[in-house]
Amino acid sequence: MRLTPKEGTNLLLHGDLLAMGREADAIRRKKFGNTTTFIIDRNINYTNVCVNECRFCAFFRRQGHKDAYLLSEEEILDKVRETVEAGGTQVMIQGGLYPHLPLSYYEHMLTSIKANFPSMTIHSFTATEILHFAREAGISVLETLKRLQAAGLDSLPGGGAEILVDEVRQRVSPKKISAEGWLEVMACAHSIGMKTTATMVIGLGETMAQRIEHMEKVRRLQDETGGFRAFITWTFQPGHTQLGGEKTSGWDYMRTLAMTRLYMDNIDHIQGSWVTQGERIGQLTLGFGADDLGSIMLEENVVRAAGTAYDMSIQKMVRMIQGAGRDAAQRDTTYAILKRF
Amino acid sequence: MFSPKEYQDIEDKVRSGIRLSREDGIRLFHCTNLAWLGMLADYARQRMCGDIVYYNVNCHVNLTNICTSRCKFCAFGRDADDAGAFAMTKEQAVALVRDAMRDPHMAGLHVVSGLHPTWTFDHYLDILRTLHETFPTLYIKGFTGVEITHFVEISGLSLREVLQKLKDAGLQAIAGGGAEILSDRIRGELCPKKATADEWLEVARTAHSLGIKSNASMLYGHIETLEERVDHLLRLRELQDETHGFQTFICFPFLPKHTELGKTVRQTSAWDDLRTMAISRLMLDNFRNIKAYWVMLTVPVAQIALGFGANDIDGTIHKETILHDAGATSPRALQEDTIIRIIREAGRIPAACDCNFNILHVFDGSEEERNVVNGN
Repeated sequence: MRLTPKEGTNLLLHGDLLAMGREADAIRRKKFGNTTTFIIDRNINYTNVCVNECRFCAFFRRQGHKDAYLLSEEEILDKVRETVEAGGTQVMIQGGLYPHLPLSYYEHMLTSIKANFPSMTIHSFTATEILHFAREAGISVLETLKRLQAAGLDSLPGGGAEILVDEVRQRVSPKKISAEGWLEVMACAHSIGMKTTATMVIGLGETMAQRIEHMEKVRRLQDETGGFRAFITWTFQPGHTQLGGEKTSGWDYMRTLAMTRLYMDNIDHIQGSWVTQGERIGQLTLGFGADDLGSIMLEENVVRAAGTAYDMSIQKMVRMIQGAGRDAAQRDTTYAILKRF
Repeated sequence: MFSPKEYQDIEDKVRSGIRLSREDGIRLFHCTNLAWLGMLADYARQRMCGDIVYYNVNCHVNLTNICTSRCKFCAFGRDADDAGAFAMTKEQAVALVRDAMRDPHMAGLHVVSGLHPTWTFDHYLDILRTLHETFPTLYIKGFTGVEITHFVEISGLSLREVLQKLKDAGLQAIAGGGAEILSDRIRGELCPKKATADEWLEVARTAHSLGIKSNASMLYGHIETLEERVDHLLRLRELQDETHGFQTFICFPFLPKHTELGKTVRQTSAWDDLRTMAISRLMLDNFRNIKAYWVMLTVPVAQIALGFGANDIDGTIHKETILHDAGATSPRALQEDTIIRIIREAGRIPAACDCNFNILHVFDGSEEERNVVNGN
C-alpha cells in the first residue's frame, strides 16, 4: 500500500528512525539484494557566473568578479579526456546561468565532446539551466531539449529541485525556476525519452509537510512518465552562504533518507549522499534504504566552495560499501553494472 | 545473504530479557542488517533506562601528556624531552578550570593524564585536593584504572589505600579509560608497560567495594578480533554482576592518526561503530548507561547512536586534547544548547547530570527548564 502524504508527514514528524530504517532496508534488499553501486564521473562546472544569485549558494560569482570564469572548449575537452583516463563513464556538466550565450554554444560543446569521446555519457544541465537556455534562445523548453539531445545530451541530473514548493523557493532562491517549471522540464525530457534523476535539498527551513509535498510531486510525475532513475536527498550546506543557519542533523537526514525509500515506491534507486554528509554518514545510508552511493567525483566545485571538501578514491568507496557487508559494483548512468569488486 | 529469520532466536531472547551468550554476541557481529540491530538495542535501552539521555557540562583536565607507558594506539603521550610535552602546575590546572567556570552551568571535571615519570602520588593528590577545595561545587571524576595502578606502584601503598586517599581528596568517580581490550594478548602487543587486564578489573572491583563508582570502556578497531571484543564485554558483565559499580560503558573506536599503530591500521567505519554500540548495549544487560562519545564518533554519528542503544552523550568538554592529537575531526567542545537540540531531535529527553548520573536539570519543557535556559 502506497503511503499517503498525510502518513508520510506523520512519519517524518513522529516516526521511529530505526523502524523506518528497517522497513526501508527491507525494500532495498528485495530490489537489489546485496549489491551497492557507484559511478565514476566528473563534474565539469563550465562557469561560476550566475544571474540567479541563490541565497544558499556559495559557488556563484557576478560577471566581472575577479574569480568569475567561463571554461574554453579546450579546457572542457581536457577535463573529459582526464575523465576517460581515470575510468570515468559520465560527465556532469553544470554551470551558473551565464548571460547571453546562444544555444549553439551548448550544442557545440556537446557535439565536440561526443565527436572526441563517443563512449562518454553526457549527464548534464539542470532544469534551471535548460529553462535559462530556452529563454535566451527564445524557444520552448521542449525544442531546447530536442536540440540538445540531437547534439549529444544523454540525460539530465535532477539538481535545482531544492524543495518543490514555491513558498520555500521564494524565500531561498526567488529568481530560480519555479516548482512547476522544474517539473515541466523533467516532463518534457521524459517525453522525448531522456531520463533524469530527481533531487531534494533539505534544511532550507522547510516543514516536514513541504518535504512530503516535494516527494509527492515527483512521485506523481513518475507515475505519468517513468523517467526518473533515482532520487537523491542532499542537505543544505550553510557554510559561506547568505542563508546560513544550522546544518541538518544526522538524525534528520537519515530519517528523511529512509522516508524517500518508503515514499518513492516508483523510483528504483535511492542514492546516499557522502558528498554532503561525509563518508561516515554516507556509509550509514546503506542501512537505511540507499542502494547507491553516487559518484566518485573527480571534481565538484559547487560542494567544495560551501566548505565540504571530500575526496574519495575507488578503493575508499569499495571499502566503505564492503564495510557495510555489501558487494560493491561500478555502474554506468543507466545503472547497468560494469564491474564488480 | 542475510535474512532476519536467522536472528529470530536472539531477538526472542532480548525481548524476553534472557541474557545473550558469547556465541550470540559473535553472531551479532556478523549481522549486516544494521537497522534491525539498532532497533533491538533501542528496545533494550528503552526497557533499561527509558527516554532520558544524559549529558554533562564538564571540563577535561589533562594534567600532563608525559607518559611512561607510550601505548602504540596513543597520539597524546610524549617523552619528557619531546616537543609538545607539557606538565601543568597546580596553578595552571586551577586557571584552566577557572576559565571553564565562566560557563554558569559548569558542573564537573574529567581529570585524566599521562603516567608522569617523576611525579609522586602525593603530587597528584595535591592537585586533586586543590581543585576540589578551589571549586567545591564541581564534581571530580578522574584517573583511570591504569593511572590508579600506577599510583599503587609509585606510592608503595595498597590499592585500597590509594583509592581511599583519592576519595578523601575529593575524587567522586573513576574514569572509564584504560580498559582498552581486557586481553593480555592485546595488551602485551600494544601497551605492555601499563596495568594488565586483571589489574584494571581489580581497581574497579576495589573501588566499587569502597563505594566509588567507575566507568568502563572498550578501545576497539585495532588488532583485536571480533571474538575478543565479545570476550571483553563479557569480562565487564561478569564484574558488574559481582559489584554493580559500573555506571556507564564507553565505546572508543581507535583513531589512528599520528599513532604508531596507525601506520598499519585504518580507522573504523561508522557502520562498525554503530553495530559495536548496539551489540554492547545488548551484551551488557547489567549496565544502565551506554555512552555515545561524540568526540570520536563525530556529532552526527553520535546523534544516530542514540537510536543504537546509547542513553549518554558525554559532555560539553570545554577543550578536548587527547583525541584531537589523534586526528579527531569533531569540534573540541560542544555548546550545551547544541547537545540539548540533538538529543531532542532524536525524540528523547535531555538531562544534565553529575559524574554519578544524578540529574541536575531535566529539559522536559517545564518551568524549571525555562529558568535554566535563561540562566536564572
